[in-house]
Amino acid sequence: MTRRYSAFSLFKEGLAGQAGWEPAWRSPQPKPRYDAIVIGGGGHGLATAYYLAKNHGVTNVALLEKGWIGGGNTGRNTTVVRSNYFYPESAAIYGLAHTLYKGLSADLNYNIMLSQRGVLTLAHSETGLETAARTLNAIQVNGIDSELLSLEEVKRLVPIYNWGPDARYPVFGGTIQRSGGTARHDAVAWGYARAASRLGVDIIQNCEITDFIVEGGRCRGVVTTQGTMRAERTGMAVAGHSSVLAAKAGFRLPVNSYALQACVSEPVKPILDTVVISPDTGVYVSQSDKGEMVIGGALDRIPSYGQRGNLPVLEGVLAGMLDMFPVLGQLKLMRQWAGIVDVVPDSSPIIGETPLPGLFMNCGWGTGGFKAIPAGGTLLAHLLATGRHHDISRPFHLDRFVTGRLIDEAAGSGIAH
Amino acid sequence: MQLFPCPFCGPRDEAEFHYGGEAGNLRPDGREVPAERWADYLHMRANPKGATKEIWVHMTCGEFFALARDTVTHKVAGSVSLGEAERQP
Repeated sequence: MTRRYSAFSLFKEGLAGQAGWEPAWRSPQPKPRYDAIVIGGGGHGLATAYYLAKNHGVTNVALLEKGWIGGGNTGRNTTVVRSNYFYPESAAIYGLAHTLYKGLSADLNYNIMLSQRGVLTLAHSETGLETAARTLNAIQVNGIDSELLSLEEVKRLVPIYNWGPDARYPVFGGTIQRSGGTARHDAVAWGYARAASRLGVDIIQNCEITDFIVEGGRCRGVVTTQGTMRAERTGMAVAGHSSVLAAKAGFRLPVNSYALQACVSEPVKPILDTVVISPDTGVYVSQSDKGEMVIGGALDRIPSYGQRGNLPVLEGVLAGMLDMFPVLGQLKLMRQWAGIVDVVPDSSPIIGETPLPGLFMNCGWGTGGFKAIPAGGTLLAHLLATGRHHDISRPFHLDRFVTGRLIDEAAGSGIAH
Repeated sequence: MQLFPCPFCGPRDEAEFHYGGEAGNLRPDGREVPAERWADYLHMRANPKGATKEIWVHMTCGEFFALARDTVTHKVAGSVSLGEAERQP
């Protein structure tokens, strides 16, 4: 059986009729006892299982997913990867993710198609440019690569922008993180799943948590639609459904669930080779490797668990996109979708042990979870293996909502993310 | 475009409304409120999947009211003024 992906194995299998490939991950029967259980088969959960095995040698791990892996927000995002954040705590956590992303294809032996095409944030007024420069200073002090761009530089980078004299959102300059870009979202999920499975993790799909086993005030495992599984440590990484699991465990979270929509156009020839974010329209656009224009924008206005999205916000996003790129006006939309994101008052993640001892969580990434997957996995794995915070995750503990030491990236970064 | 029922103006476009929070989240009273209770009031939410009761404001008439709806189907069960909601908990 061919296990390792390489040009040589592709050549070899080509001669052998492609008959020797083994499934990318095993689908074993659940066992009654594990050393650790991870709930949620999205990027964060799969990364947690992988790093538990790789970094900590904990391989007797179950990963439980109620649907299919990568079928939630990991398959519903706009694939943007960046780490240009305002607060040092955020720069540390997103910087860790970004660093790991850069080496992830080699680490997982799975091409995640990381494309460091740059992430450009526009400034639409003189004052907008001054604010951008101030934010940029903080980002640079945090050690994250980021530069200020003049109007001429932005024009060279994005010739298809609406540069006419009557543009509703004229551009005065911008900031760019050149090491940012996009990655193939499915490949991130599948790559982590394959690598975790090969290290011994049991990936169990169609397995929904119905209850937690609580004995002596501690979480001792889970009751699922595929039976009961016990473990001394359980971690959850379920994004927009965090409050649902928290209710089963007997506590509440500072989380509001909203639908976040995105859409793609029909594919066209390459016309945009960077990610463009407009703080004023709230819209961001990139072009996928297949040529589709990938369009994202603001949250829906109505708290929701419906993975569809509402039309008024989609209309606003597309209107903003057309103001920015009138040249795209003739394109047809191919697909529209929504993921349920976990929005927290300070737009920063919540990582740590929950009020139910033995149960750990990684949630609250809101609209920016994809870019953080390797860090979310590393930090939750560290918690599950050691029972203690990694230095990088400590500021993101749930207790910040009592102490008041919030990490307010909604204010710091100036845009929802 | 969905229609939301304002108890004062009748069915109107959803874009005229703004979400105000979960119903029944009352501000703690008194001087000796512990930090945990403040955090609970300010930040912690039930955030239910399914049936929920919420406070919304109809921005065009400025009135706050209670709206019962489903967070998965988005189906609206009904709306009442806050005074009415207090009389029938």
